[in-house]
Amino acid sequence: MASSDRPAPAVMRLSPADNVAVALRPLKAGESVMLDDVAITIGRNIAVGHKLAARTIEKGEIILKYSCPIGTATYRIAAGEYVHTHNVASNYLPTYTLPR
Amino acid sequence: MLQGYLRADGRKGVRNVLVVAYLVECAHHVAREIAAPFRGEGVHLIGFPGCYPNAYALGMMEKLCTHPNVGAALLVSLGCEGFDKRRLARAIEASGRPVHTTGIQDTGGTRRTIAAGREWIERTLPDIARQQPVPMGIDELTVGTICGGSDATSGLTANPAMGVAFDLLIADGAKTIFEETGELIGMEHLMAARAANPALGDELKRSVAKAATYYATLGYASFAPGNADGGLTTIEEKSLGAYAKSGQSTIDGIVKPGIAPPRKGLYLLDVVPDGEVRFGFPNINDNAEIAELIACGSQVILFSTGRGSVVGSAIAPVIKVCANPDTFKRMEDDMDVDAGRILEGRATLPEVGREIYDLVQRVGSGEPTKSETLGHQEFILTYKSFEPLGPACLPV
Repeated sequence: MASSDRPAPAVMRLSPADNVAVALRPLKAGESVMLDDVAITIGRNIAVGHKLAARTIEKGEIILKYSCPIGTATYRIAAGEYVHTHNVASNYLPTYTLPR
Repeated sequence: MLQGYLRADGRKGVRNVLVVAYLVECAHHVAREIAAPFRGEGVHLIGFPGCYPNAYALGMMEKLCTHPNVGAALLVSLGCEGFDKRRLARAIEASGRPVHTTGIQDTGGTRRTIAAGREWIERTLPDIARQQPVPMGIDELTVGTICGGSDATSGLTANPAMGVAFDLLIADGAKTIFEETGELIGMEHLMAARAANPALGDELKRSVAKAATYYATLGYASFAPGNADGGLTTIEEKSLGAYAKSGQSTIDGIVKPGIAPPRKGLYLLDVVPDGEVRFGFPNINDNAEIAELIACGSQVILFSTGRGSVVGSAIAPVIKVCANPDTFKRMEDDMDVDAGRILEGRATLPEVGREIYDLVQRVGSGEPTKSETLGHQEFILTYKSFEPLGPACLPV
């Protein structure tokens, strides 16, 4: 493996059209990560594989991952904020989670 | 080259299993006791719990008991249940396999039936063990794929890697089946664009719309709370990951449970019942789908998991492809392939796809999977109802 000055990427946008990126390692609240050469600040802890806003997403905007619509934003989501069931709803069937 | 057991219908099995099948829940205990001393000797327990007749369940049992991986069948009946045991026994006999039906009421109760059943197995196991495996091509293989305990890594690593393996298998002439129309909701337009012709594309969209309606009536999507804990936000997002299992090949047709793909290629298994919502959720868990993939002729099952499912199956070996590197570290004993290496930059998608493709061939030549070694033989079959396939589902 060739040495590199750049650290392993922390987040990845799966398709250029996407407004979300996925965490490739656990991300800490407040840390700054590079996404397509733009620094974004992480809103709260995000686990591997979970999503964050790649840019500001307006309420009512379709969430795109791998260029596919996976739901609609139910609130305005700032860049770097965690994107999950608290701010995105299905366009087909509601998501069921257990009470905390 | 694989090694398979040649059956009278020309198909080849990658295992030579004796199934013990209970025909109603009332015969379950006796059947389990009959099979118990033969643990690890290729005796698998399957069955149907219901007392009322059901064409789907009868058809499933016929396909399973005459599956290429099955060498013989012992049917365990209470005696008064609605299951058409004579028809099932005739179908197995016509397939050239040893079959015996034991009725608990006729035989004289639990103890005598267990003894009689075990005696038949002791006589029959050496018979089927005499059959020697013969060379088998990949083009004689049907492989089914399923995901269970999915999380956000499933769609990034294990599922697309299984898709790569599917593309390689199809290029070699294999029949491949992907499933769960309820977990393809949101993907219908992408799928339709890959159909062999536009009429099939319309059928693919119709099958997903049927699933969406069915699940909407029941109030829940095919989405477990653990999926959300694992970072999947909506059924569409889960579908996006699940859909990646199908690879890039042309979709050649739609099948329903018990219908074998007619020729090589890629087929969608439509698991959602037809007509009004009648018997509850289409697939109450992953093993219900695995049983259906096997009933469509799958000799090997590819199973991807992110959260960490441990299940195997009766009749067909299940290869576990673990999507999440953390899960793999916790549950390595249950996992055959560590696809999470892709996320860590330690392997590429094509490399893991090739690894799965190679493993399918080794398992198809007799190498046991992790779940087989651990003794997993889960099986479940419940009520459903289907209409025949539409003419556009299997274009010539």
